Amino acid sequence: MSTIIIAQAFISTDRTGVFIISIIAILIVLYTTYFRNNKKPFTIRKINGLQAVEDAIGRATEMARPLLYTPGWGGDIQRPTTIASMNILSFVAEKTAQYDCDLVFPTHDPVIMSVAQEVVKESYSRTGYPDRYKEDNISYVSSSQFGYAAAVDGIISRTKPASIFLLGTFEAESLILAETGNSINAIQIAGTDSTIQLSFFIVACDYTLIGEELFAASGYLSGNKSILASVQAQDMMKVAIGLFVVIATIWATVESLSGNPLSNWWNF
Amino acid sequence: MNRQIPLVVCFSFGLMMFLQYFSTHTVARSLNLAILDYWQIIFAFTLILGVVSYIKVNMTKISRGIDRPYLIVGLIGMISMPIMALIWGIKADSPFMWMFENVQAPMASTVFALLAFFVASASFRGFRARSTQASILLGAALIILLSRSNLPIPYAENLSEFADWIRNYPSMTARRAILIGIGLGSLTTSLRVLLGIERTWLGGEN
Repeated sequence: MSTIIIAQAFISTDRTGVFIISIIAILIVLYTTYFRNNKKPFTIRKINGLQAVEDAIGRATEMARPLLYTPGWGGDIQRPTTIASMNILSFVAEKTAQYDCDLVFPTHDPVIMSVAQEVVKESYSRTGYPDRYKEDNISYVSSSQFGYAAAVDGIISRTKPASIFLLGTFEAESLILAETGNSINAIQIAGTDSTIQLSFFIVACDYTLIGEELFAASGYLSGNKSILASVQAQDMMKVAIGLFVVIATIWATVESLSGNPLSNWWNF
Repeated sequence: MNRQIPLVVCFSFGLMMFLQYFSTHTVARSLNLAILDYWQIIFAFTLILGVVSYIKVNMTKISRGIDRPYLIVGLIGMISMPIMALIWGIKADSPFMWMFENVQAPMASTVFALLAFFVASASFRGFRARSTQASILLGAALIILLSRSNLPIPYAENLSEFADWIRNYPSMTARRAILIGIGLGSLTTSLRVLLGIERTWLGGEN
């Protein structure tokens, strides 16, 4: 009895539903990652934006121009989108190291700058070309939104990169950067978690990673079984949410047609 | 060992922050506030890192003669603003505020104003009716544009209702589907980081 009272004192009752759903989601991810990942190989559908990554790096190498990669102004390192962007950066850096292509990474956040420097440095070492790593290419430009946009625009206009990667959390600067990249005919691969900015990227960029594709990228590019297993967990949860939405819709429709007051068991 | 300590710290703090979100207990609240305070302190130190990197990178490029005028202007701005703030303060009539209101704010507004032209050029490319889907997009865009304009169009009220329907149903449905994908993607990415499956943020795989 005393245990229950202590537990009640610690757990907020208005967040119990979210807590239960979170625990279920965590269990699904743990199950697919640790218990199912050895049974059969995972296949993931073709994602054009990720297929084009190597072509974009090859283009920059052939044209002897740099490649620009920026994670946007909207996110900091705690954000999953930024982590997902760093995963793609690791793959891109491995390729630029192999092809001896300059990788320019301007950012608005000193923490992201430090993490990106480590990620790129490790990638260059892993491929056996640590001497090709240039620390100055990964730099902090400004914390101000339009200061950052102006700085990246300036870099794009002056260095004319052959390929531009806009992967991370973007806000109003998204279209400014994408249109500037488009004006110099750079091949552009973009992806963000902001649904508003996605529409700008779809219009202005050659390839756009929509929503979850950005998070699945590290598994797609590396082929790591554990990461692919967590992508499978995402699909399982998506099916569960779909079923929940359909059942709740039918329930609400039947209740409203029968004239009974609407229940709200689906609200939590 | 170099990798294990950060992984243990990441897992412990991740678990702690996850659990405190579901609690209204004073211990959980004060823990959250303490961690946020530490985050602010860490951020202040990382800003120093950013400033040092900015000066180092710009000085190197200036010495090599790359983009010299732009970099000199940037450096002057970065050095002069804190000096002015330290000498005369940041009150309304201080030189710092004068520079902020008459130099920095107009420059930021100028960059923001570019959006108007970029939206027009991007829309021109995006709304070309090259396929059935693109034609539907063009039609929906025209309806929304007309419904939001003050042009004297017949059945303006019905058009406005139809535009709202487009925004609230087909558009919102697609947006929510993307948002569910983003939510699940964020959840699994966070779990991969907490469990140490994803280690790119540490610089590498092992």
